[in-house]
Amino acid sequence: MKYLYYPGCSLKVTGKPYEDSLLAVFNALEEEIEEVNDWNCCGATAYSAVDQMKAFALAARNLALAEEQGGEKAELVAPCAACYLVLNKTCHSIQDYPARVGLQVKRALKAGNLTYKGTVNIRHPLDVFANDIGLEVIEKRVKNKLAGLKVACYYGCQIVRPYAEFDDQHQPMTMDNIIKALGAEPVNWSLKTRCCGGSLSATVSDDALSLSRILIKEAKRRGADIITTACSLCQFNLECFQEKLKQKGDQPGETEIPVAYFTQIMGKALGIDEAKLGFKQSFMPLETLF
Amino acid sequence: MSERFDRQIKYESDLDLNFAHQIASFPGGERIFDCIQCGTCSGTCPLSVYMEYTPRRIIAMTRAGFKDEVVRSNTIWLCSSCYSCTVECPKEIKLTDIMYAIKRQAIRENIWPKEFKMSPMMTGEFFKLVEKNGRNSEGWLMMNLYMKSMAVGDALKIAGIGMKMFAKKRMSLKTEKIADPAELRKILDAAGSEMELIKEGAKEVVHG
Repeated sequence: MKYLYYPGCSLKVTGKPYEDSLLAVFNALEEEIEEVNDWNCCGATAYSAVDQMKAFALAARNLALAEEQGGEKAELVAPCAACYLVLNKTCHSIQDYPARVGLQVKRALKAGNLTYKGTVNIRHPLDVFANDIGLEVIEKRVKNKLAGLKVACYYGCQIVRPYAEFDDQHQPMTMDNIIKALGAEPVNWSLKTRCCGGSLSATVSDDALSLSRILIKEAKRRGADIITTACSLCQFNLECFQEKLKQKGDQPGETEIPVAYFTQIMGKALGIDEAKLGFKQSFMPLETLF
Repeated sequence: MSERFDRQIKYESDLDLNFAHQIASFPGGERIFDCIQCGTCSGTCPLSVYMEYTPRRIIAMTRAGFKDEVVRSNTIWLCSSCYSCTVECPKEIKLTDIMYAIKRQAIRENIWPKEFKMSPMMTGEFFKLVEKNGRNSEGWLMMNLYMKSMAVGDALKIAGIGMKMFAKKRMSLKTEKIADPAELRKILDAAGSEMELIKEGAKEVVHG
């Protein structure tokens, strides 16, 4: 099956290691994936805070482009949590509110000579890896077993809430199972879907900081060597403010831990060159873990 | 004649009893009247400890017509859209969508607590960048935000992180763009306005 890929803005810049490692892993698993031509921003959390109708129309343009490119039943892979949520929300709203959202979106797309029939399936890479490709296949492809590596799998908010059907909303396991298939050991912890602060890190950074602090401390308490994430904003919030936490009085080591994309760890286990996985772009070296 | 003391309670005439109906007419707002005030939303919210009014109180106040207090509160700017409340609510009220609806009202009225000005400002800058180019350029978003807000202290606080992001090639000042942003603007213009949404909402409710 050929997958379509919706990168979203973050994966081209702050989340570049996520994109690089994701595409490298698809390649290593011999799965075809192709970027949606001329995709636009999904609108994230900002657009629906200004105008809900424009937010739906903005996201729907991507759905229309994906349908055009991938044909009926296109499988659209959206790795960023916010993109995944917004695209899903738009699909649901078009169906649930036919007059308010469905018709207006149709009218809006028409102004850009586009149509959307409603056939695109929004998928998260976690879902694709675990349920389409399968854990057995991944396990068979592992070249470097990650034995002994303890991983705190962090899913964040918007992948499993409120729309995802591929995993549990409270205690998701997809990433844990993938990590296990790589030979590593997922730690048991209950904060997998507790918020990292999201975009509050830019607007009210002190409050957001205390949220990521709770997550890092608990992951460490459970014995994790590394936190893995599936969202570029989670990765940024958990990794890049660790220095700040020290300045705010945390003891050395108390809130220090490498934070990687789960696809970087997958890539390492599948034998992909670290240079292709963006290891050097981390604040804290990932190489030394292996 | 001006009163010597400020009145500490509100009379019904000070309230906006239509506000809850307006919120209810947006997609996702329709169940606001089903709230049983159980407080599950506030208990599950990771940010409620910082909020002026917890999510439960926001619902109660909205229904009671305390529009000004709700729209001016810091609650809506502390909501990170994590959807915990939406998922846990036993009455299936989409609280996150209600928070968005209130945020939109605050942005329309140009009203927010001073210490939270960065939130609507970032929202506005993001909106403008995407409307102009079709994509967000993260480097420019942050630059525009800190220049516009003149929040030198805030900018310095994260300057170190910003420089490191540039050094690690995870931040850039390249402008990200789609092929023809004017074509996208046609779509956005044709999407109509919120007010139409409210009218259509009333129709949809009537028809079933």
